[in-house]
Amino acid sequence: MTNTPLSAPPTAPSHTANGGNPIKRFLTATEIDTRLLGMLAALLLIWGGFHFYGAVVNGNGAFLTPRNLWNLSVQTSSIGIMATGMVLVIVTRNIDLSVGSMIGVTGMAMGILQVEILPPILGLGHWSIWIITCIVGIIVGTIIGSLHGWLIAYRGIPSFIVTLGGLMVWRGMAFISNGGRTISPVDSTFALLGGGPGGSIGAYGSWIVGAVACAGVLWLLIKGRQQRIKHEFPLRPMWAEVTLGVIGFAAIIGAVLLMNAYPLPRGILRQMDLPDDAFVSHGFAIPVLIMIGVAILMTILMTRTRFGRYVFAIGGNPEAAALAGINTRWMTMKIFALMGALTGLAAIIASARLNSATNALGTLDELYVIAAAVIGGTSLAGGVGTIYGAILGALVMQSLQSGMVLIGFDAAIQRIVVGMVLVLAVYLDNLYRARTK
Amino acid sequence: MTTNTGTPLVEMRDISISFGGIKAVDHVSIDLHPGEVVGLLGHNGAGKSTLIKCLSGAYQKDAGEIYINGEKAEISNPRDARHYNIETIYQTLALADNLDAASNLFLGRELVTAAGFVDDAQMEAETRKIMARLNPNFRKFNVPVSALSGGQRQSVAIARAVYFNAKILIMDEPTAALGPQETQMVAELIQELKRQGLGIFLIEHDIHAVMDLCDRAVVMKNGQRVGTVNVGDVTDDDILGMIIMGKKPAKAY
Repeated sequence: MTNTPLSAPPTAPSHTANGGNPIKRFLTATEIDTRLLGMLAALLLIWGGFHFYGAVVNGNGAFLTPRNLWNLSVQTSSIGIMATGMVLVIVTRNIDLSVGSMIGVTGMAMGILQVEILPPILGLGHWSIWIITCIVGIIVGTIIGSLHGWLIAYRGIPSFIVTLGGLMVWRGMAFISNGGRTISPVDSTFALLGGGPGGSIGAYGSWIVGAVACAGVLWLLIKGRQQRIKHEFPLRPMWAEVTLGVIGFAAIIGAVLLMNAYPLPRGILRQMDLPDDAFVSHGFAIPVLIMIGVAILMTILMTRTRFGRYVFAIGGNPEAAALAGINTRWMTMKIFALMGALTGLAAIIASARLNSATNALGTLDELYVIAAAVIGGTSLAGGVGTIYGAILGALVMQSLQSGMVLIGFDAAIQRIVVGMVLVLAVYLDNLYRARTK
Repeated sequence: MTTNTGTPLVEMRDISISFGGIKAVDHVSIDLHPGEVVGLLGHNGAGKSTLIKCLSGAYQKDAGEIYINGEKAEISNPRDARHYNIETIYQTLALADNLDAASNLFLGRELVTAAGFVDDAQMEAETRKIMARLNPNFRKFNVPVSALSGGQRQSVAIARAVYFNAKILIMDEPTAALGPQETQMVAELIQELKRQGLGIFLIEHDIHAVMDLCDRAVVMKNGQRVGTVNVGDVTDDDILGMIIMGKKPAKAY
């Protein structure tokens, strides 16, 4: 099969050889990850289940509505961003229990900076306040992450202990930093980053994002095929390439239509001096776009750079990685620093969304983030994990959470369900891995 | 027997290393010439692997000096060793099980595109080329190496050492996990690399493999060097006597 000539018909013999069953043949030809399909199916099941339950029991199926799905996308952003970093941490056989508390302390630091420190210097509402605040927030997160990484890599303290300590220390710091008082409201431009009123890009902007995304899908498909031809690797059949393209386009256009189907509420319209019956779309929320951007960059980092390759190598066999000349300690430190930076970014979104900084911001987020990564297929034994899996995992966690709120389950039952789903998801994943090994 | 004149490729002088007060290697000196295979023999725990890990950069010697081509070399990590064209095939193979053959072959030395991204396609193409030479039956390019057999894993580890134009090759029991056919393949490879002028340190338990493949043999016991012999001058019983009883035959030095 290495000798497939360039002019060969666009079917790879090795691909059509196995599996007579059309579904199986479709999956091998398109090279779609069956795990990804499983997760999407689970997600649809959860969504459909909540909608159906709401419709039957409460007489009001509120889940599968543009409004709820739009909110879901915004709620997923902060957890999703952190989950992409947690993938790297877990793949290298570490854990970070401190991200929730780090959100608290960085959120607090940014709150104090933009409400109490910067306005007297620059003037209230100065245009640069939100920029300085964001930069400082990300830097604070990076410094805390680096400190954790240094203790783990160069002082040999297990990551579980370092970040368990961090969980308590940073939460305490968040409280002390402003005497336990909440800071509100934050800078008005900063607040847009949370996706609140005005924090989305509208119908027109969403279509532009959709067009760029479609162009990206097309580019990836064409580029991938050119690479395979160049190196004489087996090609996907043309119909499979077209199918992948159509699926990609449909998903993107569907997402744009969905986001555009949720209109701004009347109160906002009045503020904008528009009539009550005007239909102005939300479109993609800014935090969602930030999460998508982070996911793309992190995917490139993990799959296309030496850094990502070393992350997987360390997870697979730390000793072999060291013998191959990889500086595993420095890598560990960089991974935790990156986790810190992403946590800083998540803190921006979380506090902007709340339009305030509270010392309880991000409480229990570490568990949702770890659960998102693990549900997304990141193996706690190390060496295995994907960014898109973590994002989907975050979406699953958030869907459960907000779905239960929507149908009126109280907090206690929510926790019971989320906990059981986590255990069940990992068990199913084990079964899947054992079967496909 | 090779004529050991001229500058040795590698000279390790008076190497000592200890772990927690136990002298794992105690003032041992060995050398290696181009086109020569030197066997390192001894019981488990005799210090062979530890000694050789000072050369491959996995351990750092406490005392002693290493000369490469007559020049003093500082080897404090595996990257330094690679810089001196020293390649090692570890007994454990040192493969990342979750990565495919190409990623393992190029680990730490990835081929990158002009934009600085790893060039997986190029690396796979190169891997296919070298594997076609070393192990023509190898087909599993797109699966993690955990899915490979012992012999296939071994050929990935060997390909890694050979691909980067090693001048000095360290092989730590390269045939321990292999069947007869694959063992023969490794033996032929050693002969070929020797003809190309590489110097090879071969850590080996199988006395017959040593008699077949090595020019000289260094025997170690309890961290010390018992002696060095020209394999052509002695019998396997002589070497066994050195390994088991530390008895130095008359022809040893």
